Amino acid sequence: MTTLLDVKNLTRSFGGLVAVNDVSFALAKGQITALIGPNGAGKTTCFNLVAGALKPTSGQVFFQGQSIEGAPPENVCRMGIARTFQIVRPMRDMSVLENAMVGAFSWTRNVSEARSTAYESLESVGLVGKANARTDQLTMSDRKMLEVAKALSTRPKLLLLDEVMAGLRPTEAVSVVQVLRKLAESGLTILLVEHVMRIVMEVASTVVVLHHGAKIAEGCPKDVVADPQVLESYLGAGFHA
Amino acid sequence: MSEKFNKAAETKRWIAGAIVFVILGLVGALSNSYIVSLMTIVLLFTFMGQSWNLMLGIGGQLSIGHALFVGLGAYSVGVLYLKYGISPWIGLLAGMVIAGSVGAVLAWLSFRFEVHGIYFALLTIAAAEFARIMFSGWEFVGAMQGLFFPAPTGEVDISMLRGGARFYYFVALALAAIGIAGTELISRSYLGYVWRAMRDDDEAARALGVRTFRHKILVISISAASAAAGGGILALVQGAIFPDSIMGMGISVDVLIGPVVGGLGTAFGPLVGSLAAIPLNHLMGALGDSLGIPGLNNIAYGVILISVVWFLPDGIWPAVVRGYAAIKGSLFARPLKLRKAEE
Ligand SMILES: Nc1ncnc2c1ncn2[C@@H]1O[C@H](COP(=O)(O)OP(=O)(O)OP(=O)(O)O)[C@@H](O)[C@H]1O
Ligand SMILES: [Mg+2]
Repeated sequence: MTTLLDVKNLTRSFGGLVAVNDVSFALAKGQITALIGPNGAGKTTCFNLVAGALKPTSGQVFFQGQSIEGAPPENVCRMGIARTFQIVRPMRDMSVLENAMVGAFSWTRNVSEARSTAYESLESVGLVGKANARTDQLTMSDRKMLEVAKALSTRPKLLLLDEVMAGLRPTEAVSVVQVLRKLAESGLTILLVEHVMRIVMEVASTVVVLHHGAKIAEGCPKDVVADPQVLESYLGAGFHA
Repeated sequence: MSEKFNKAAETKRWIAGAIVFVILGLVGALSNSYIVSLMTIVLLFTFMGQSWNLMLGIGGQLSIGHALFVGLGAYSVGVLYLKYGISPWIGLLAGMVIAGSVGAVLAWLSFRFEVHGIYFALLTIAAAEFARIMFSGWEFVGAMQGLFFPAPTGEVDISMLRGGARFYYFVALALAAIGIAGTELISRSYLGYVWRAMRDDDEAARALGVRTFRHKILVISISAASAAAGGGILALVQGAIFPDSIMGMGISVDVLIGPVVGGLGTAFGPLVGSLAAIPLNHLMGALGDSLGIPGLNNIAYGVILISVVWFLPDGIWPAVVRGYAAIKGSLFARPLKLRKAEE
C-alpha cells in the first residue's frame, strides 16, 4: 500500500478557536476515505489546509512524499490535488461546459483538448446534457456535480470532495457513489466529507472522525461506527449501523 | 451536436464583423471631412475601449487610469519623432513596450501587496495623475506647452505614418479591426477561458490551477500596451500632445465609456458604445458652446451612462443581440422536439 497523502500534526487556529487540532492521517493510493464529524468539526478547514487555501498554524502535509503545506492553491492543484467547494462556486458568466474546461488548462493550452476533457468530466457526473446551460439554470445537486466535473478536468491524483452528495435524492446519490467507485478503480484517490452515514459505510474503506478539530477515531467504517466515543459525540445514541 | 452549431455561429460572427468593417470603410471613403474626423476619434476610442474591455470585461481588473498608458504611447511617438526624427512606427512599438512594462510593474506591486479590485483601480488613477503632473513639469517633453507635430502636407507617407485626415481614418479603422478581431481570438484561446474564470471567481480559479497572479499581470500589460498604441495614433491625429488632455481623467473616462455603454466583455460593445457616446459628446459640446452652457457634453455623458446602467445594465450590444434572438426565435420557431433532435 503506497501512501499518497500524509497529514502530520496539522493545526490551524482562528484567533482563539482551534479549528483543526493536531490532526494526522494518511491516504492510501486508490482508496476512498471519508472525513466525518459534526458541524463545525473542522472538516472544511482541513480541506482548505491540504489544498493550500489556508496556511496551517503548524504541522505538515506531504503529497507523494513532497512537503506541500503553505504552497499556493494553484500549485497544489497542478501537483495533482483537486477540490470542490462545500458552498459551490461556479463561474457565473461561463456556461456549464466552459466551467468544466477551466481545470483542463492546468495541463494543456489546447482549447479543443480542454473541451473534450470537459465533456468527459461532465459525462462522468451525468451533466453532459446540460453542457450549454448557464450555471444559474442548474439545480443545487447539478451544481454540486459541476464542482466535481470542474475538479476532474484538472486530471487529479487526489480528489477532495466536500459534501457533494448533500441534497441529492437517494437514487442520484447511488449513481454518484458508482461514479466515485469507478474513479477510485481507475487509480484516483478520494477524500470525501459526507454526512449521510449510509453512503459513508457503502463507499469508504477508511473513515476519519473529527470532533472539535481533533481526530477522535480512524478505521474501517464498521469499527468506527461501533466506537463509543464516536457514538456519543457524533452519531448520537440512536444510531445503529 | 452543439459543436457544429458553435462553429457555424462563429463563422457568422466573423462575416458580420467583416460586413461592418466594409461599411465603415465606405463611410471613410465617401463621407465629408467632419464625419471622417469624428469617426476617426470614434474608431480610436473603439480600439482603446477594447483594450480596457479586455482588462475588465474578460480579465476582471478595473482601471480608471488608462490615460496613463494612452499618454505614454502618445509621448513615445511624439518625442521619438519630433526630437530624433524616428518613425512613429518605432514610436508606437516603444510606447507599447513602455506602457506594457509600466502596467506590469504597477500590477505586480499592487497584487504583491494585496491591493485588489477597487483599490487597484484607485491606484491606476493615482499613477495616471502622478504621470500627468510629472510630464507637465518635464521641459524635455514640452512640459505644459506640449509637443506639436508639423501640419500634415496631405501627402501620405506610410513609413512615417503621416497623411491627411482620411489616411488617419483608415489607420484608426485598421486598429479598431485589429482590436475587435484580437479580442475575439484571445477570448477563444485558453487565455480567454482562464481570464474569465479568474474574473468570475479568483479563488475558485486558483483551486483549478489557474495562476491568477501572473495572468492578472499579463492581461493588464497587454491592455496597457494596446492602449498605448491607440494613444500614439491619437497624438498623430490631433497633431499635438498636452499632458492635461492626453493624460487627464477625461481620457480615462473616454476610454471606458465605449465598453460600459456598449457592452462589457463583448467584441462589438466598445464599437457600439463609442458610436453612441462620442458623437453625442461632440454634438453636446458644440451645442453647449453655441448656447453658452459649457460642460453640456459632460452632462450628456452622465445622462447616457446613467440611463444605460439603469435600463440596459449589460450594455447596448447585448440588448441588441437579445432582441435579435427573440425576433428570430418567434419568426422561425420550430417544434422544440425537432430542434433537440438536430442538436
Ligand atoms: N475563515 C475562518 N475564520 C474564522 N473561523 C473559521 C473560519 N473557517 C472556519 N472557521 C471556524 O472553524 C470551525 C470549523 O469549521 P469548518 O468549516 O472547518 O467545519 P466543518 O467540519 O466543515 O463543518 P460543516 O459540517 O458545517 O461544514 C468552525 O467553528 C468555524 O466557525
Ligand atoms: Mg464544512
